[in-house]
Amino acid sequence: MALATDTQGRYSVSPDGQFLFDSDEDADRGPDFAAIRGSAEFGALRRRFRRFVFPMTALFMGWYLAFVLLAAYDHPFMAIQVSGLINVGMLLGLAQFVSTVVIMLVYTRYARLRLDPALEAVRASSGESS
Amino acid sequence: MNHAAPGSAFSHPTVTHTGFVKSGWAHTGLVKSALVKSALGKTALTKTVVAKAAVTFLAATTAVGSNPVLNLGLFVGFVAVTLYIVHRVSSGNQTTSSYYAAGGEFTGGQNGIALSGDFLSAASFLGIAGGIAVHGYDGFVYSVGWVVAWLVGLLLVGEMLRNTGRFTMGDVVAFRMRQRPVRVAAAASTLLISYFYLLAQIAGAGGLVALLLNITGKFGQSIAIAVAGAIMILYVLIGGMKGTTWVQIIKATLLLMCMALITIFLLGRFGFNFSTILSQATQHNSLGNAILTPGTLYGKNELDFVSLALALVLGICSLPHVLMRFYTVPNARQVRRSLVWAIWSMVGFYLCTLVVGYSATALVGSDAIVHAPGGENSAAPLLAYAIGGSILLGLVSAVAFATILAVVAGLTLTASVSFAHDVYASIIKKGNAEPRSEVRVARLTAVAMGVLAILGGILVNGRNVAFLVALALALAASANLSTLLYSLFWKRFNTPGALASIYSGLGSCILLIVFSPVVSGASTSIFPTVDFHVFPLSNPGIVSIPLSFLCGWVATMIGSREENPAKQVEMEVRAMTGIGSGLHS
Repeated sequence: MALATDTQGRYSVSPDGQFLFDSDEDADRGPDFAAIRGSAEFGALRRRFRRFVFPMTALFMGWYLAFVLLAAYDHPFMAIQVSGLINVGMLLGLAQFVSTVVIMLVYTRYARLRLDPALEAVRASSGESS
Repeated sequence: MNHAAPGSAFSHPTVTHTGFVKSGWAHTGLVKSALVKSALGKTALTKTVVAKAAVTFLAATTAVGSNPVLNLGLFVGFVAVTLYIVHRVSSGNQTTSSYYAAGGEFTGGQNGIALSGDFLSAASFLGIAGGIAVHGYDGFVYSVGWVVAWLVGLLLVGEMLRNTGRFTMGDVVAFRMRQRPVRVAAAASTLLISYFYLLAQIAGAGGLVALLLNITGKFGQSIAIAVAGAIMILYVLIGGMKGTTWVQIIKATLLLMCMALITIFLLGRFGFNFSTILSQATQHNSLGNAILTPGTLYGKNELDFVSLALALVLGICSLPHVLMRFYTVPNARQVRRSLVWAIWSMVGFYLCTLVVGYSATALVGSDAIVHAPGGENSAAPLLAYAIGGSILLGLVSAVAFATILAVVAGLTLTASVSFAHDVYASIIKKGNAEPRSEVRVARLTAVAMGVLAILGGILVNGRNVAFLVALALALAASANLSTLLYSLFWKRFNTPGALASIYSGLGSCILLIVFSPVVSGASTSIFPTVDFHVFPLSNPGIVSIPLSFLCGWVATMIGSREENPAKQVEMEVRAMTGIGSGLHS
């Protein structure tokens, strides 16, 4: 059964409605996904990624929610003056900006030093090097 | 400095109402001044409002700042330059890839600026500055959500989305599911969210054109909205994703520079001492020292505020037009770079907004802002007039207008691509669509969407539709985020689960809004005279977001166990590595 593809031949839809990407069509020369997923390199990449991303998400969501709950329910605390008219609430809000930038920088550094090399290892071992 | 004494420079006897901006741009959906509502389109009433106010924004344009020629020149200049660029960059948008995703040719830096442009909508540009000017700290708290939300995109969604899909959210959530139902659901969510967000944006366009060109009648404003809509459709038809991205880049650059320069000027004026700005702001705000602490805006219903904050932080990177931006760069690494650029520019922008907001109160006064026809949305333009006269006012208004055009164009494109790719090509044509015909369908959908936007814009012109932004964010956080996260991180997730999380998110948000004070039972409601509200909050997120996660989980557990193991493995590998996606790193 001939399958129609778009201009770049990257996807097609089979008669039963399954959406196929080129790798399905050329199953014989496409990447062996099961083998890649089973490989030690892929396991390492996935572990490194999740070990960073999940705790970091919990951290920034918790920190943001703490700020929101304080702003919603503890006005006296937020009103404590620190310097001039600048109070705790203002500083905590600005700290959210700072923490967002810090998490971004930490993540990009981690990605560069730990994730990208692990990704290259997966690509190399699967013969998909770019 | 030429900080005009309020009144002397502004007041003018022949002032009439323009309906500038309206509450439609306001961002909270929580509070609207009754004044703004009552001033809409009622000239007699407006005259008394104007008479009462020492300073009105409109007066600024008709009296001293009355320079429609300058405003028109700036605006026409922007449109001409952008249309030319759109035309130049988009030769032969014939393939789906180039029309939908600019062939993935943008760099991370360019796309990052365009991403921030998507967010620097009228709601955040004028609305948050005004929110800080009038309500002080609570306006600032709101802006924090717009910054933190980017971490969701950076850590959880962006890179994996780019690796897995090609054009739409449907590509990812339907990857290993039964195509038809899941793509229909994804397209329904995309179209609904985009249209609500679009209406919220265009609701202010009429008022702003009216301000720029001094058109006061409802009919004239309707014509102006139609012309603005037509320009927007042109961007989308000619430019596709490449053209609209360039419009977004130009606009975002203008806006960021404009805000940075105004901020530096203001800081210089106050001796680079933020505390001095705050001190002067408290003296010129009727709330006094309360503007330095939480509670002025969200104090009446704390839970409602928490609900809004949740929808903000989880919804922003789940909006369809943002998800689609991740496809305009060549690979996941460039998505990462895009987000780095976007976060830097958003942090810078909202720091500037903090200064601009408090300075607007300090220099213009909160009473003058609240009593101006645009209400709190007029804070930034009034401040611009106070420090830079009619030229800066014209510039800020033109940039604000450019913002609406660019954001609305992006939304229209997103909706049309989702329809053409997820519904027409994948479902109606079962994947056998000719690329040319698919792009033609996308263009036709864009025209249809544009016409709907114009009609909707004319219909809501002057009405309070501020809740639409909050609703769109809640919808995105409920329907899209849960489905995306489950499909990217949960092996067992299946078709029933995906359908349940999308439809429960959409359905619960809309039901809760219908039975909330937004629609009935309060003086600010759409139907203030009837009361059928049973849900106490104006923001449904705190219920609908957990509900969609729960429904997705329950339906998955009830549904069949392993739906398509081969696709699941492929998706897992692709999402992490990009292998098999045809992308090159």
